[in-house]
Amino acid sequence: MQTTTLMGGFVNAPLDSARAFRQIMTAVAQPGIINDAVGATPPAPLSVAAGVVLLTLCDPDTPVFLTAEFDTDDVRAWITFHTGAPLVDAAKASFAVGSWGDLPITDFAIGTSEYPDRSATLIVEVASLNPEGAELRGPGIKGKATLSLPETAAFQQNTALFPLGLDFVFTCQNRLAALPRTTKVNAIKVS
Amino acid sequence: MTDYNFAYLDEQTKRMIRRAILKGLAIPGYQVPFASREMPMPYGWGTGGVQVSAAVLTPDDTFKVIDQGADDTTNAVSIRRFFEKTAGVAVTEATVDASVIQTRHRIPEQDLRSDQILVYQVPIPEPLRFLEPSEVETRKMHSLEEYGLMHVKLYEDISQHGAIATAYAYPVKVEGRYVMDPSPIPKFDNPKLNMAGIQLFGAGREQRIYAVPPYTDVVSLDFDDYPFEASKADHACDLCGAEDSYLDELIVDDAGGRMFMCSDTDYCAGRRKAGCIGAQGVPYQEDVA
Repeated sequence: MQTTTLMGGFVNAPLDSARAFRQIMTAVAQPGIINDAVGATPPAPLSVAAGVVLLTLCDPDTPVFLTAEFDTDDVRAWITFHTGAPLVDAAKASFAVGSWGDLPITDFAIGTSEYPDRSATLIVEVASLNPEGAELRGPGIKGKATLSLPETAAFQQNTALFPLGLDFVFTCQNRLAALPRTTKVNAIKVS
Repeated sequence: MTDYNFAYLDEQTKRMIRRAILKGLAIPGYQVPFASREMPMPYGWGTGGVQVSAAVLTPDDTFKVIDQGADDTTNAVSIRRFFEKTAGVAVTEATVDASVIQTRHRIPEQDLRSDQILVYQVPIPEPLRFLEPSEVETRKMHSLEEYGLMHVKLYEDISQHGAIATAYAYPVKVEGRYVMDPSPIPKFDNPKLNMAGIQLFGAGREQRIYAVPPYTDVVSLDFDDYPFEASKADHACDLCGAEDSYLDELIVDDAGGRMFMCSDTDYCAGRRKAGCIGAQGVPYQEDVA
């Protein structure tokens, strides 16, 4: 085991995870807002924000899927040591980490009509995260909001599954935003 | 080692509750099952709300607890002290100063802001439970969006009483999909469920968490010819004179004497401090008690 595996977790887990959860929760409750997520220093290529989300929400009860890009020895060892989460196939995962193009969107659990909560949450690593781009409407949004999304069609299909569907957290360096399944996404036409 | 972990609960329990809260926010009005823990207080005293508050609080929060609108009742005082001791958070009785408010059976009169969180204590989270005792059946009814029974219940109210007699825990439909029990708040508070703050609901004994994100469409069920009406006692507060707040009726002597006063103690005190006086009120004095 590398000593780097043991580093990079929360310094004070109860307080750091409480603060991190508030940032994640307000992002999920108000799609479009971008919050800071700090306190973890995971091994590359994981971003700080993705590390914070994993440390805050994952444990032995939550299987995690990693795309090939993130499925390195360092990342596996770090997640295993700090969270104890089992690393599994996409179909069995409650959480997943990957870049947008690599995530096998159709393989993840979307819940059942009686238990729509039994669905995966995808942590999508993005190169940039800005409050501009696609137009968002729905619960948590006063009027409309805008957020840079990797695409729009997949999120429109996901919303159409409601109350089933996937929930997304976008992470970029030490910032995050969220897109729950309720948010209606519209591409803004470039004139 | 005599210290408590931050906010009493262990970290794995808080993670489990936090995941349930996030799924609740993603599926507004849907009751997410969670593994409710025993808390150092009996069921019915807000164990669900306390667990949600424990998972949500940060050391930087200012915490307020109300019980039927009042900050100074046994339940409110003990929960406030519980988190003062186990989470070291600042506490307040002023709605405007609080970042997290735990409530039993009221929504504060003061409109909440987008940076405030309202945590409800819920006794029976299932709005269909008194109509259908089986959890298997009610879960199926929610999945099929089969809510006819609830409309029959409201219709029976009208046929027996001439109006919808349900006065509290008045069922609502959230974002056009799930019928939800807003906890036993008076129906006067129902219009306030459309708010800027985040609303989280915790039912400890029944092991359910649900949520309503800000600016979510919450509609009280009704009929075209019998529209929903947010009712209150037809009176003004006898202490502060407010005509727009929800009132408690108090018997004050053995001769049937009674008075009405705001159920929201912070709202009433704020008005009295500002110089408003009701029919039986006296000018506000600091520490009059």
